[in-house]
Amino acid sequence: MSTRTTARSAAASVSFHLVSSILAIAFLFPLLWAIINSLKTPEEANQAPPTLFPTSLSLGNFQNLMDYGSGLPVYFWNSILISFLTVVGTVVVSVLGGYGFARFDFWGKKHLFVAVVAILMVPYATILLPLYILLGKLGLQNSLIGLSLVLVMFQLPFSILMMRNSFESVPRELEEAALVDGCSNVGALRHISLRMVSPGIVTVALFAFLASWNEFLAPLIFLNDASKFTLPIMLVNVRSGSYGAIDYGALQAGVVIAMVPALVLYLVLQRYYVNGLLNGALKS
Amino acid sequence: MAEPAVRHLPRGNRSALSRRPLTGMLFVAPTALIVLVLFLVPLGILLYMSFTDYPLLGAPTLNGIDNYTAIPDDDLFLGAIKFTLVYTAVTTVVIFLVSFVLVAISNSTRRFSKVYRTAYFLPYVVGTAAASLMWFINYDTVLGVYNDLLLRVGLIDEPFAFLASETPAFWSVIALVVWKFVGFQVLVLLVGLQSVPRELYEAARVDGANRLQQLRFITLPYLTPTIALLFILSVTGSLLAFDQFLILTKGGPDNSTISLVYAIYNTAFQTFDLGRAAALSIILLLALIILNGVQLRLLRRRDA
Repeated sequence: MSTRTTARSAAASVSFHLVSSILAIAFLFPLLWAIINSLKTPEEANQAPPTLFPTSLSLGNFQNLMDYGSGLPVYFWNSILISFLTVVGTVVVSVLGGYGFARFDFWGKKHLFVAVVAILMVPYATILLPLYILLGKLGLQNSLIGLSLVLVMFQLPFSILMMRNSFESVPRELEEAALVDGCSNVGALRHISLRMVSPGIVTVALFAFLASWNEFLAPLIFLNDASKFTLPIMLVNVRSGSYGAIDYGALQAGVVIAMVPALVLYLVLQRYYVNGLLNGALKS
Repeated sequence: MAEPAVRHLPRGNRSALSRRPLTGMLFVAPTALIVLVLFLVPLGILLYMSFTDYPLLGAPTLNGIDNYTAIPDDDLFLGAIKFTLVYTAVTTVVIFLVSFVLVAISNSTRRFSKVYRTAYFLPYVVGTAAASLMWFINYDTVLGVYNDLLLRVGLIDEPFAFLASETPAFWSVIALVVWKFVGFQVLVLLVGLQSVPRELYEAARVDGANRLQQLRFITLPYLTPTIALLFILSVTGSLLAFDQFLILTKGGPDNSTISLVYAIYNTAFQTFDLGRAAALSIILLLALIILNGVQLRLLRRRDA
């Protein structure tokens, strides 16, 4: 290779990394900026013009949220509870359902499957209104359990498809051998197939967590009681400002609390997310 | 011991498992219950509601197709249709343009390209509500960092009001949405690229095809189904946009950024007219089903 081509490829490499990293900084900046701001003192966070580097670190903004409304711990707990219920519900229903669809033939199987996929085709925002009425009639309005059930329903198309595909890739012979040996259906499922589909379960759980943790419209409609609000709903109330002025420091702290769990979980489970796109979302 | 027993299993397609229909029904019973109670019944209720005068607090009374006939006079909804269509078109085009640049970077074999890819994707993990609030703060004329940076660099002389007038507010939302969602599209396109057989490129190179020809005759044909899927996702997603408008612009200035779902939300919970809101939902639902049907048909034809 001549020196000229080496120089040219070096220049290409430098410009590639220059453009790529400027873009990467542009994408990461709002996230980092929220974290930096949340750690300033409340005074500095609400000061104009903004300081690019905090002069002193403080947890004051988080402390100000502790007493906001019913208190940060209540909202954090509500969000955790909703996500937990949704994840558990989605995993249980989709493991059972995916197994049923993958392994058995029964009356109405095709119709049920079409109905599950139809959830994907019907925009969920359009049926929140009747769901609001229905949950009221069932005594589940303004209830975290009712909200989680709705969120489980919206996760069904992806998670059932994902689990059905996972179970279909486990050879039937393994389970049949166990059945012949006297294992029950549930036993065969638990001892043999479940272990082999655990990557699929992690994927389903991750998608369900991200969806329920970040959900905004459904809790906005279903939850009336301030003590039942989730983090995103609480934040919108902080934004409205209780005494006219918005506490920007507290708002940034709230944004950080709302985003960090999702970011951390994604970074740890990245592999499962991409596999989920490959095996579940795209193939459907 | 298991060896001889296996021989008693029935042969052919139907296995011992698939011949137990009752057990199968038990496994899908929770799914069926949820689909019935939380999906099919609400769909029925929605249809019924759309033919009633249904105040938020109070009993519904049937009023025929009044809710539907009132739609042509509903300026809020008509404005929302127009706005949502423009928003959908612009978002989809901009996200596609940006994503092609980012895919080229993320798919490179150079060092750090995986790091760059993660950086572009991370905003997608943040909820739309939290992301909108973040940008709401950053757009502030007094405290916002965007104005501060632009002032420092010298691009502007005085603070710019991102959200105060119609056109800037529109593009401010677009900027947020592209930042938030483009990473997902990049990831899906990368997954699609992995399905292109490597040998094809080698063969093309041997035949003397240049980069552009490889893109035109190998990459694009393989990616067509993925691109079509992303197109559907982008269009349906944008038609249902809500969070960013409620939070970032509050529908303003002058109701210029009220989306379809926002209009339905306002009709139900600001004017307390559930019947009208249900009729609007049915219209939106039908439009999306027709759109999805057409797109799926086109997709299949291309696939075949």
